Amino acid sequence: MANDQRPQVPHPGRRIDVPTGTETVGHEWDGIEELNNPLPRWWLWSLYATIVWAVAYVIAYPAWPLIEQGTQGVLGWTSRGQLEAELTAEDARRAPILQAVMAVSITQLPQNAALMSQAVAGGAAAFRVHCVQCHGANAAGSAGFPNLTDDEWLWGGDLPSIESTLLSGVRHPGDAQTRTSMMPAFGQGGMLSDEQIGQVTQQVLSLTGRGQASAVGGELYATNCAICHGTAGAGLRQFGAPSLNDAVWLYGDTAEAIHSQIFAPKHGVMPAWKERLDPATIRMLAAYVHSLGGGEDFVEAPADPVAVESDEQP
Amino acid sequence: MSNLEPAVHHSPLGDYQARKSVHPKRIDGAFRRFKWLIMAVTLAIYYATPWIRWDRGAYAPNQAVLIDLEHRRFYMFDIEIWPHEFYFVAGLLIMAGIGLFLVTSAVGRAWCGYSCPQTVWTDLFQHVDRFFDGDRNARMRLDAAPWTWGKVGRRLSKWTIYLAIAFWTGGAWIMYFADAPTLTRDFWAGDATSIAYGTVAVLTATTFILGGFMREQVCIYMCPWPRIQTALMDEHSLLVTYKDWRGEQRGSIKKAEKDPAAYGDCVDCNMCVAVCPTGWDIRMGPDISCITCGLCIDACDRVMGEVGRPRGLIDYITLEDAKAEAAGRAPRAAWRALLRARTIVYFVVWASIGAGLLFLMGTRTHTDISVASDRNPVFTVMRDGSVRNNFTVKLRNMESRPRLMRVTLTGLEGGAMWTDTMGAERAARQLEFTVPADETQSLRIYIVAPNGTQTQDIAFNLLALDGQGEGDVAETRFETPAGGS
Repeated sequence: MANDQRPQVPHPGRRIDVPTGTETVGHEWDGIEELNNPLPRWWLWSLYATIVWAVAYVIAYPAWPLIEQGTQGVLGWTSRGQLEAELTAEDARRAPILQAVMAVSITQLPQNAALMSQAVAGGAAAFRVHCVQCHGANAAGSAGFPNLTDDEWLWGGDLPSIESTLLSGVRHPGDAQTRTSMMPAFGQGGMLSDEQIGQVTQQVLSLTGRGQASAVGGELYATNCAICHGTAGAGLRQFGAPSLNDAVWLYGDTAEAIHSQIFAPKHGVMPAWKERLDPATIRMLAAYVHSLGGGEDFVEAPADPVAVESDEQP
Repeated sequence: MSNLEPAVHHSPLGDYQARKSVHPKRIDGAFRRFKWLIMAVTLAIYYATPWIRWDRGAYAPNQAVLIDLEHRRFYMFDIEIWPHEFYFVAGLLIMAGIGLFLVTSAVGRAWCGYSCPQTVWTDLFQHVDRFFDGDRNARMRLDAAPWTWGKVGRRLSKWTIYLAIAFWTGGAWIMYFADAPTLTRDFWAGDATSIAYGTVAVLTATTFILGGFMREQVCIYMCPWPRIQTALMDEHSLLVTYKDWRGEQRGSIKKAEKDPAAYGDCVDCNMCVAVCPTGWDIRMGPDISCITCGLCIDACDRVMGEVGRPRGLIDYITLEDAKAEAAGRAPRAAWRALLRARTIVYFVVWASIGAGLLFLMGTRTHTDISVASDRNPVFTVMRDGSVRNNFTVKLRNMESRPRLMRVTLTGLEGGAMWTDTMGAERAARQLEFTVPADETQSLRIYIVAPNGTQTQDIAFNLLALDGQGEGDVAETRFETPAGGS
């Protein structure tokens, strides 16, 4: 093409095609012939170069699958090894953040906005791994598994309380500090008759302006329930007793659900995460959960805990 | 099947075409000077652009042209492009494509002949050849000469210059992607990223090989553009044409003097072939090898001048005009080839896209708000029965300075908002944020509305609290268990 390559005299066994002036390759299939428009020679050298490259690659890197394991390659590269190196590098990158998170008291964490936002981001990542199984993808919970985005907290919604719940869990066997309380099975245990449970259920519903309060129901409630749930149903976080006078219901707000919970209550369990996660990750999880919209400000606990309860006494 | 012959045994290399070296001769003329001009301008743009400084204040780089991949910004003088505005780049690419259609339909392979980087760098390397080894004849002699120490020395010194040019070319490329002075320092100190060294290595290698050795083979065998152009040209496109009706029968001056009637204007001096950078003989007609650089026109015009014949035996002419001229009709003016329906349509499309981009560029704001509402949970019921929705709101500040911006909640009677970094007790219908320079600030905004609120449309209004006063609105929906319109 570039230069006038057209041979004037064909090679033996070949002929010159008249219309194009090009030599044929010398093969013929039922009258069909192929013109010889040769590829450039550098193309052939490129092919040889790729072959050399392929051989070198097979020697240097894992290549041939064998029965047990593939060939290793002399460079010793593995995708798993590369992943480990990347994870190590990532751990090294995060180490200063984790140290900084642990260097301050958790009540001081919100004062450092940059550190707080790093903690929230780290907590969000850890939440997706360890917490979503029960609390849901965005911590919205479901029946029996608390919604962490609202402002209802069984065991306290300030940063130290959330961290404490995370560290020791709820009703986690073998942990001395775990959050523990047990509502009696009033029906199953024979403490209340079915009729009485119905009356108490109505009394509980009346706290949110729904059921029929009655003298008998009020009596039963005062005797059996008020000690933990409070006279007005405000609940008591010391025992993880849920408030009964608000719009948030862990096991459902229908009469059936409340009846069932009085008859034979379900008790949620959360693992003590200090057995599985490092303290910095737990603190970051606490920061994340606190940031979800219902977090409460930390208030220094009063010296006498009875003072808190006294609000709810008549 | 009867005439099967034993296969002819030969080296596999024999089936492949060896490159024939092309040693273009030096020539001067209008087209050569035009090529010099284009080469000087394009190379100057390529090598110098990253070094132009441009003051953008304290919060943005001061390099006039910078493709900042790390921070996802593209700077070009007073224009700054963010990733979401990539349609500007897409528009420019479309303009480049249609521009090539326009140029090709009007003046044929002008891109190939003058401004294609392969052409420019090949031209540059051919000048290096000429500088070291002399002009065409000297180079051909040296090529054929045995490998003496002198030849080895000349080759090595020439290839060193090739390599220096190639390295400079590869080195200039990376300057577009980082601050040029800093990167230059880091590069020589060994502190630049491996990507920088790798890019320079690859581009040095490709420039060295494609410009120094492959040259016209790239155009003939590798480049798709000559193939595409075949479909883009028509009988009205300008082509470098040998006017065979005027030139044939070719013959030397001596022969022509003996029998003037039998010979045409072509004196068969072969100058047109000698100067061709791809080694094509234009007298064989147009070909994929002909990049229409016009150097053969320069050569032929000079020879025609010397032998006292009119110029233009080889010339830019359309196929249609060539036919007319061969038939003895007067040639049309050159502008007639340029101004016709097809080129005008291409130009109008090309210019409309350009005008559209300019309009968009002129009317775009540097302030944006976007909002995404949480899909899980769609709402959260609070203890007092009020309803909260969560939103991820992004405030985009495209100015190179921090700006105070005000977000106002529209709609949702009784609603108030706060962020995850401030307490609910500071909830308000209007919040102010200082958005960092040249950044998008992402906010978690919580909105709470009283018990019984219906699901409804709401909006976030953004106003930049500066002299500019730019603003934006993002509409979304507030979901509640009560439902609603």
